[in-house]
Amino acid sequence: MARRDYSMLGSDARRAVETGLATAEWYHTDIPRKDMKALMKRTDSPAIQDTLILFGCMAVFAAVAIALWPSWVAVPFWLAYGVLYGSAMDSRWHECGHGTAFKTPWMNDAVYQIASFCMVRNPVTWRWSHARHHTDTIIVGRDPEIVAMRPPALIRILLNVFGILDALNGWKRMLLNASGRLDPEEATFIPEQEHPKVVRVARIWTVIYAATLASALLAQSWIPLLFIGLPRLYGAWHHVMTGVLQHAGLADNVLDHRLNSRTVYMNPVSRFIYWNMNYHVEHHMFPMVPYHRLPELHEMIKHDLPEPNPSIFAAYAEVWPALKRQLRYEDYFLRRDLPATARPYREDLHADALGIPAE
Amino acid sequence: MAQWIDACATDDIEEEDLIRFDHDGHTFAIYRSPDDEYFCTDGLCTHENVHLEDGLVMDYVIECPKHNGQFDYRTGEAKRAPVCVNLGTYPVRVEDGRVLIEV
Repeated sequence: MARRDYSMLGSDARRAVETGLATAEWYHTDIPRKDMKALMKRTDSPAIQDTLILFGCMAVFAAVAIALWPSWVAVPFWLAYGVLYGSAMDSRWHECGHGTAFKTPWMNDAVYQIASFCMVRNPVTWRWSHARHHTDTIIVGRDPEIVAMRPPALIRILLNVFGILDALNGWKRMLLNASGRLDPEEATFIPEQEHPKVVRVARIWTVIYAATLASALLAQSWIPLLFIGLPRLYGAWHHVMTGVLQHAGLADNVLDHRLNSRTVYMNPVSRFIYWNMNYHVEHHMFPMVPYHRLPELHEMIKHDLPEPNPSIFAAYAEVWPALKRQLRYEDYFLRRDLPATARPYREDLHADALGIPAE
Repeated sequence: MAQWIDACATDDIEEEDLIRFDHDGHTFAIYRSPDDEYFCTDGLCTHENVHLEDGLVMDYVIECPKHNGQFDYRTGEAKRAPVCVNLGTYPVRVEDGRVLIEV
């Protein structure tokens, strides 16, 4: 196969549209409508509780860190604050972007705006980007949120453990948008009527960052920057660690989420930070199910899914050799066995689109 | 020319839910609201042609199952991104326990 072109404007993007891989029908496990309606039902209380815990912990960690500054004893508190800012906000951005975390729309919107700011993701741009990720999950040239790529972009991932590329790109894009312009690639998935909103948010953010920088300079102190902006770097590691596992090493250009997404059992702390997105096959198959119902959805459909990885460590033990192999042979991917109770992989769906015989 | 079509029985749709109805190469969504009124819209989301039949009805809103875009199914108005284009709506009347739509 020719080298993959991940540009939204490149040859693989055109091919995905021409072959029908783009905006295609995907496989879903059968669930009775009555059960699905119950799972989709919205409620505020779990997300209100989690949000109070999240912001409460952030306030306490930041207050203790500032009180202990400049002692080294402050470091663990900054690191804890950073993980909540630079990683937990990733999952809040995600869930509130779907509009499923809370029942009350303004609550979703408020947390979405805060989380987008923390993650340096323009809330308008990234709503559209993520919609495309769900339409064309890991379809090369169509999905703007592919992390691992083939051959794996390991240096990029490593730099992003410290948020470096993602945050720098976010700030660069913020300044571009604040100047009234959009990147040509983002213009492919954001409708024109939304462009002014992109610019307006970027300008507000630029003012906030300028004020933060100014206060740091005036006070001759790192504290304003450790509080706003830098946690996106020093706290990013957890969301990269969990996010890489979502799709890395698995198939691309397929129309069955069981082939390109991974469910991993995780410890309770990681699940709080990640808001249950470890149930990732389930989330992609049924994005309307709120994060707090995903464990139930998992129980309901696990008979039709590959065996979940039992831990983060076990998942990396599976992913790392696959990524190393993809460095030499980028067409390699993991094809996990399905349980006997599962319906076969729907490889015919993408085989038809690509004009190749199904295995 | 517009005509009234017998789409389904009133009991075919649960309260605060919808069903799909296909007719003459066109697909529709028929809703039963929480206060027991019936409405009809185009069956496909205007964002990416996903059928709304698997979506979630909340009060007077239908949420698309793929990207969580929302419409007011009484007016077809697009309420939440990523949907921007309104849904087409169709007149509905109920007669003798049957739901009729004008297409």
